[in-house]
Amino acid sequence: MEDRSNQEQSTKIEGGEAAVIQLSRVSSLEKAGGLWCSLRPFYEGCIHFMLFVCASISILVTVGIVVVLLYESVQFFYDVPILEFLTGTRWSPLLKPQHFGILPLLCGTMLVAGGSAIVAVPIGLGTAIYLSEYASPRFRDIVKPMLEILAGIPSVVFGYLAIVFVSPIIREIFPSAGVFNAASACIVVGIMILPMIISLSEDILQSVPLSLRAAAFALGANKFEVTVRVIVPAALSGIMASFLLAISRAIGETMAVTLAAGATPKLTLNPLESIQTMTAYIVQVSQGDTPTGTLEYRTIFAVGLALFITTMVMNVIAQYILSRVGERYE
Amino acid sequence: MASTPSVKKHMQSSDKTTSDHSKSPIVRPSIPEGKSMRTADELAQATEKISVTDLSFYYSENRALTDISLSIPERCVTAFIGPSGCGKSTFLRCFNRMNDMIEGTRVEGEILLEGQNIYSPRTDIVSLRKRIGMVFQKSTPFPKSIFDNVSFGPKIAGIRRKKDLFEIVERSLQRSALWDEVKDRLSESALNLSGGQQQRLCIARALANDPDILLMDEPASALDPASTARIEDLIFELKEQYTIVIVTHNMQQAARVSDQAAFFYQGLLVESGATEELFTNPRKQQTEDYITGRFG
Repeated sequence: MEDRSNQEQSTKIEGGEAAVIQLSRVSSLEKAGGLWCSLRPFYEGCIHFMLFVCASISILVTVGIVVVLLYESVQFFYDVPILEFLTGTRWSPLLKPQHFGILPLLCGTMLVAGGSAIVAVPIGLGTAIYLSEYASPRFRDIVKPMLEILAGIPSVVFGYLAIVFVSPIIREIFPSAGVFNAASACIVVGIMILPMIISLSEDILQSVPLSLRAAAFALGANKFEVTVRVIVPAALSGIMASFLLAISRAIGETMAVTLAAGATPKLTLNPLESIQTMTAYIVQVSQGDTPTGTLEYRTIFAVGLALFITTMVMNVIAQYILSRVGERYE
Repeated sequence: MASTPSVKKHMQSSDKTTSDHSKSPIVRPSIPEGKSMRTADELAQATEKISVTDLSFYYSENRALTDISLSIPERCVTAFIGPSGCGKSTFLRCFNRMNDMIEGTRVEGEILLEGQNIYSPRTDIVSLRKRIGMVFQKSTPFPKSIFDNVSFGPKIAGIRRKKDLFEIVERSLQRSALWDEVKDRLSESALNLSGGQQQRLCIARALANDPDILLMDEPASALDPASTARIEDLIFELKEQYTIVIVTHNMQQAARVSDQAAFFYQGLLVESGATEELFTNPRKQQTEDYITGRFG
């Protein structure tokens, strides 16, 4: 069946070429008639349909995932009241007595997201300003591919580096820290989201019109004043959006935090302790021997839904801010 | 509003058109009531504010300006005219060293501002630019409030007290004839103003630095006729206090607002002189061809 349609198609294409050749040679429309002409609407229709199917797949998959998440979560919330889920301060679904309060996981996630933002935001913004306003074109040509390499390093490598490299340094400075601690996760995740902050912020800074810089220079401002008082404020909303996107990436980050931060759901803001994030919990259950269909198993869908909503809200806000930045300078 | 005591004195002289010339005036200056152009005598008597000697300017290897010498009198309007790419904007940007922003540019010759060479290594560019305000073709309000736009210069100059800043903002906006339109919404974003208002805001922003010289690079070319007329009226007001250099494509505008005009062609200063003289009785054929619209 498939072969036949392929064959049909290839003959159609040949026919098409023949028709074009004829057209150009004889430049008569009537000669191009026959079989090809009657098949052309069908052929166009096929192409249209196939492209439509491609485009539909992403919609169907997205809807499917959300439906599965919702379906399993709703079943989970039959057994566990949603209020307990959202406000409970203990999370131990795999141990007796079971507790289903997501706050420790949420706290762990936010601790890592906040900590990595503390690492990445100042360095990222500083780098973006330097690249956009100060750096020579040659230096920029070196840094930009470097950032792409940094962005391409697999997150599992970062997780591994956190354990064997970052964590020992932290324990050297703070002997009370465990092997697995939130601080090392914060640092490596911060480095992971750095390329994103830098490239987005730099694009935004570059998009501030040259005329604005010229106007500020003409008023007697020096380079630093132009940058700090005109360029950065003009680009501020876009820079904020890049922070939000990067933090949303940090929230969704899985492998590095699973390896570095440990697996101890804890309602703490102490970065030296071992914690567990929402993503790390999902890894723990997915790869473990929790039987499917049980309440324990369904927890990962509820946690997944919570994670999905958190990152989606942040992405939507960031996209909204970015789209408004675009309007301003047109 | 800027007081203009000397205006009345010159009233009669503005009517002195050049009917005795064999050529009829090509563009007849239409001057707002109560304002006047400087006569040739007044121009000759005016103090020299800026003196340019043998100035050449290079964009890397390309010479954009060749051996230009020109004297710019104080409290007069000097207009640079010429076809696109003739170097008039480049020349204007030499006065406040805006060309320094472009890499690979080079200047030969000198520009003396009240006797001091602005291209000497000892010149402080920041204070130079505070003395020489600039208004660009495209209005460039910062995405800040009206107040913050106008107070930008004074703030970076170190003025912090709100009361002082407010005084400067009010005075500058009054001088640029924008105060009445914006006095109730100083904290609104400057981007909400109309094009003409934005351009007057940019003029106010330049005036807030209290410069002696105002450079205007086609300040009205992006504006509608009504806004253009307001800017031109403003130039008449401002020249009582400031030395103004204006680049314009619009011959009528040059004839209307300027006291002295300089015609540039292919990086050369072809001819300069009192505006009336240059527009009614040009000495060079090229100048005449350009102002009569035969090329350009």
